[in-house]
Amino acid sequence: MSTENVLEIRGLKSSFFTDKGEVPAVNGVDLVIPRGKIVGLVGESGCGKSMTAKSVMGLLKYPGRIVEGEILLGGKDLTKLSDRELREHCGKDISMIFQEPMTSLNPVLKVGRQVQETLLVHDKNIGKEEAKRQVIDIFKKVGIPEAEKRYSCYPHELSGGLRQRVMIAMAMVCRPALLIADEPTTALDVTIEAQILRLMKDLCRQNNMSVLIITHNLGVVAEICDDIYVMYAGKIMEHAPVFELFDHTRHPYTKGLLASIPRIGDNPEFLHTIPGVVPNMLHLPKGCAFANRCELVQERCRSQMPELVTAAPDHECRCFLALEEEDQNGTGRKGGGDR
Amino acid sequence: MNTEILLQAKDVYKEFITARKQVVHAVSGIDLTICKGETLALVGESGCGKSTLGRTLIHLLPATKGEIWFEGKDITKMSEKEFRPVRAKMQMVFQDPYASLNPRMTVRDIIAEPLVTHHICNSKEETTGKVLELMAMVGVPAQFLNRYPHQFSGGQRQRIGIARAIALRPQLLVCDEPVSALDVSVQSQVLNLLKQLKQQLSLTSLFIGHDLSVINFIADRVCVMFLGRMCEIADKDELYRHPLHPYTGFLMDAIPIADPHRRDDDRSILEGEIPSPVNPPSGCYFHTRCPYANERCRKEVPAMLDYGNGHMAACHRCEESKKM
Repeated sequence: MSTENVLEIRGLKSSFFTDKGEVPAVNGVDLVIPRGKIVGLVGESGCGKSMTAKSVMGLLKYPGRIVEGEILLGGKDLTKLSDRELREHCGKDISMIFQEPMTSLNPVLKVGRQVQETLLVHDKNIGKEEAKRQVIDIFKKVGIPEAEKRYSCYPHELSGGLRQRVMIAMAMVCRPALLIADEPTTALDVTIEAQILRLMKDLCRQNNMSVLIITHNLGVVAEICDDIYVMYAGKIMEHAPVFELFDHTRHPYTKGLLASIPRIGDNPEFLHTIPGVVPNMLHLPKGCAFANRCELVQERCRSQMPELVTAAPDHECRCFLALEEEDQNGTGRKGGGDR
Repeated sequence: MNTEILLQAKDVYKEFITARKQVVHAVSGIDLTICKGETLALVGESGCGKSTLGRTLIHLLPATKGEIWFEGKDITKMSEKEFRPVRAKMQMVFQDPYASLNPRMTVRDIIAEPLVTHHICNSKEETTGKVLELMAMVGVPAQFLNRYPHQFSGGQRQRIGIARAIALRPQLLVCDEPVSALDVSVQSQVLNLLKQLKQQLSLTSLFIGHDLSVINFIADRVCVMFLGRMCEIADKDELYRHPLHPYTGFLMDAIPIADPHRRDDDRSILEGEIPSPVNPPSGCYFHTRCPYANERCRKEVPAMLDYGNGHMAACHRCEESKKM
């Protein structure tokens, strides 16, 4: 198997500079996306997962900006590029789909035109007729029924599921090496969600494309991802291939998340909860950001931030206990979710 | 379980007229009962009429047709004045904790509003005392009494919404997707709170949701809806173990499971989308998406039939396989 990486993020730090001070929304993130793989970035609202994606795409708006770090796309550092140079890549080599298919399409343009525009911008030699043909082609590929007819529809004439398919078509039309999907199914119904997830998986396989999927839904990552990063308060807390992560969960936060999900076939009197709320990013606690909510908190967790250490092959975890557990038990233990 | 009926809906319809004079059939021909002390869940995809039905049942929306009996009286026939004391017995928790609290009112005023409206307390001190008691019940610290909604997180706002809803000790609590706007770790806190309050106050509730795994945790009985009609209703365990209606099965299969070992690339996925409630299909509303649909399904509306122990479903295929 090739180990070529489509995207490498190294030590990325992005902050919002507000009146009240600097908010380090992304605080030293390392993330690698191998070719042809689906990578999941999981976390709760406000943990910085969308900010990471926006940093890659150069979409951070004032008062947010990248403070330090590298974002390498095929060896080229995107953070060093001018807006004009970055624009060459966005939409062509990397493209992004957003959570709200309702608001991310232009309501006064026909959807076909909007998808065609991406093609025309990135390929100066393509004729309009040829572009239209390619758009209809991609519409068929993403499963839009009556593709020719839908080409001349306005967004409001389409359902949420179809709009999300148009968004995916738009993102896929230039055959990008990397697709970033920010909560692509959160606004959709479960049956439509299942359709879209399968579509993304198929497209990824057929085109050897990589996908970074950003979500809060652990069910979604378990369903389609190869590799998972768990993020909390701007930092990666745990990173492992999907089976390793679910079978040998190490970080107390990941364990807590897995245990809090209600599951069918499992009828507890009460659900497991993670007490408390996400910390205020303006006044992050001194030590581990999760310390205040952690059941296994120790003295040093409150004063010192643990490093992201390799706790097992391919398994990284940011917790003082990650290594100790290994010593005590010999092997990784089964994760929090009882199945 | 107690089988005393608290609310009974008989052939309830709710239609809306659009600006272009089209009729939207939001809810059609619903018959259901809610017994004292139980949690009945309404589940379905967006646009299936579950929220509309929830609101119609507690008369937040007037029903177009049909009867709704609550504590032995038909509330659809009541005048505003007659209905007022009944209103106090039916309360609601809304989906969006950001939109359902007035940003210009303090927590105290928000929770006190129903108490004031229905003249429950005799003095301001008594009201504040009640509010503090309610805040303790839902786990909002007393020192936040005079804060405004924007100073709280989503989970805490939802707790405030719940405190307001239980302030009058209602007979029936309608929860319209109370946790779907919340993060996983907070969602479980709020679900636990709802379950705990249900036991503590012996609440009867109607829980509206789209997530069958959440409903599995909270409900006693589940009603599955599609395009304004009921597909299936059964006790929770029965429904999850033996779903009769094909739609229920697809809905369950579609949930992404947080266990990579249960991935299945070949499982059947429901194709297509929900038809328009303006021009619902003929016959069984589900036939356009149902892989088992036949000629009869396209023509004839299936009736809700009882398959034993209150497990009811509306499907020709179930009916035929039962006869065989």
